[in-house]
Amino acid sequence: MSNDEKNGVGDRLEPVPHAGSAGSSAPTLRLRGVGRRFGGLLAVREVDLDVAQGERRAVLGPNGAGKTTLFNLICGDMPASSGTIELYGEDVTRSPARTRVKLGLARTYQQSRQFLGLTVEDSIYLSIVGVEGGRLRPVMLGRDAQMRDRARDAAGRVAIDHKLRERVGDLSHGEHRQVAIAMALAARPRMLMLDEPASGLSRGERVLLTELLLGLDPSITLILIEHDMDIALRVAHSVTMMHDGRVIVEGTPDEIRANQTVHDLYLGRT
Amino acid sequence: MTEPAAASVAPAPTTTLLEIAGLDAFYGKARVLDDLSFTMERGSLAIVGRNGMGKTTLCNAIMGIAPPHATGSIRFEGKELVGGQSHKIARHGIGYVPQGRRLFPSLTVDEHLRIASRSAAGAQTGEEWTRERVYELFPRLAERKRNGGAQLSGGEQQMLAIGRALVTNPRLVVMDEPSEGLAPAIIENMIETFRELEREGLSLLLIEQNLGVATSLAERQLIMVAGSIATETTAATLAGDSELQRRYLGVEPLAH
Repeated sequence: MSNDEKNGVGDRLEPVPHAGSAGSSAPTLRLRGVGRRFGGLLAVREVDLDVAQGERRAVLGPNGAGKTTLFNLICGDMPASSGTIELYGEDVTRSPARTRVKLGLARTYQQSRQFLGLTVEDSIYLSIVGVEGGRLRPVMLGRDAQMRDRARDAAGRVAIDHKLRERVGDLSHGEHRQVAIAMALAARPRMLMLDEPASGLSRGERVLLTELLLGLDPSITLILIEHDMDIALRVAHSVTMMHDGRVIVEGTPDEIRANQTVHDLYLGRT
Repeated sequence: MTEPAAASVAPAPTTTLLEIAGLDAFYGKARVLDDLSFTMERGSLAIVGRNGMGKTTLCNAIMGIAPPHATGSIRFEGKELVGGQSHKIARHGIGYVPQGRRLFPSLTVDEHLRIASRSAAGAQTGEEWTRERVYELFPRLAERKRNGGAQLSGGEQQMLAIGRALVTNPRLVVMDEPSEGLAPAIIENMIETFRELEREGLSLLLIEQNLGVATSLAERQLIMVAGSIATETTAATLAGDSELQRRYLGVEPLAH
């Protein structure tokens, strides 16, 4: 059920008109002059960013460049100190995270944030209920079974379906990350934001993750922070490189590979 | 009085650095380590394996951290560690870089390093580690000296976790995925540094999912499956054998 949707977006780099959005050229995500200050530290400064529907965008940068803070601002985990954030044509700068989730945004975190006492299946199931169900209603058994199926399916896509009945608290660190990705996918987001999804994964799990990202429904917008360049540059259509809180380079994966600044600041000799 | 115990003297190089025999560990009824055994001489050793195979539990058992219930033997330079307290194990000369960093949110970078260096092991190999040397290794940390643990990015936290282990001047560092969250250039830098440290006499026990890092840092590669060492190979073999990688590091169910 991953990529069977018809009418996938043809040219993914062009903004796609979206019913109900403010204007036909409005990108899925639009940031203007976005900044975030922590005391004397400007973690994110003056960021302008446009991401089109169906785009696969990688956000790269040295450690401490502001990548995760930018994610936190986009998804509403913390307010921006300056600038505006539009999601699907709607100004969400002051909206809480739950509003943005309802608009179709899902994300993962570098560090696991899960209920350790729940099983793998229940965790993923609840992420579906949280976005769609609103309430847990035992009367809707048919729909409930359907959501359970979706939860198990999502677990299979990240190869954690052999541990559906285990408590999340009994899983390893890498397995927590697999569950987190399954939870984000199961919610059927329109925009998926993954913060270092490959870290903590073994070689085989990385191959599977790459396949999963390449096979993602083309209408889903993907924004990815990832230090594994094999994955990031293979999956991304376009790359935003950050340094010291600013966007310093934007380009295609090939342009990024050839960019000297990117090598000096981030990639090193390889 | 007979000759004093080798407390302040570096042990004779003939002693095996780390010797693990018949190690079992349980979480409740779940067996996480199953009769695990291996020995390690001075130098470097990498342990690789899929998620959930017990790699982190092994590290915790060595360090005496939350091993739910561990039995068997772990000898470091001849001293038995099983049943020991973790702060005493650290003083024997083992540094630990735990997965997930585990820093104090309210302590600054500099305070973390100061506290850790106070519990320094004593007997040194090569040049002594100081905070200044950690800042040379990770210049980014020097810029964040006065920032609290909670204000650091993921990668900066990882650098600090590594620095915190080094300032105890250990003879063995146990590292649970040190490259996690680090940018490519920093990983390159880290590999260079650890190679240098190894030449100075530091030994590394490395758990890594990044095969590039694991095979660059250690010639001996142990593959862990379901709580014990399934096989041993070399860096060159592991790096070049995709069938071996698929079999032990892939995602298909393992044939038992």
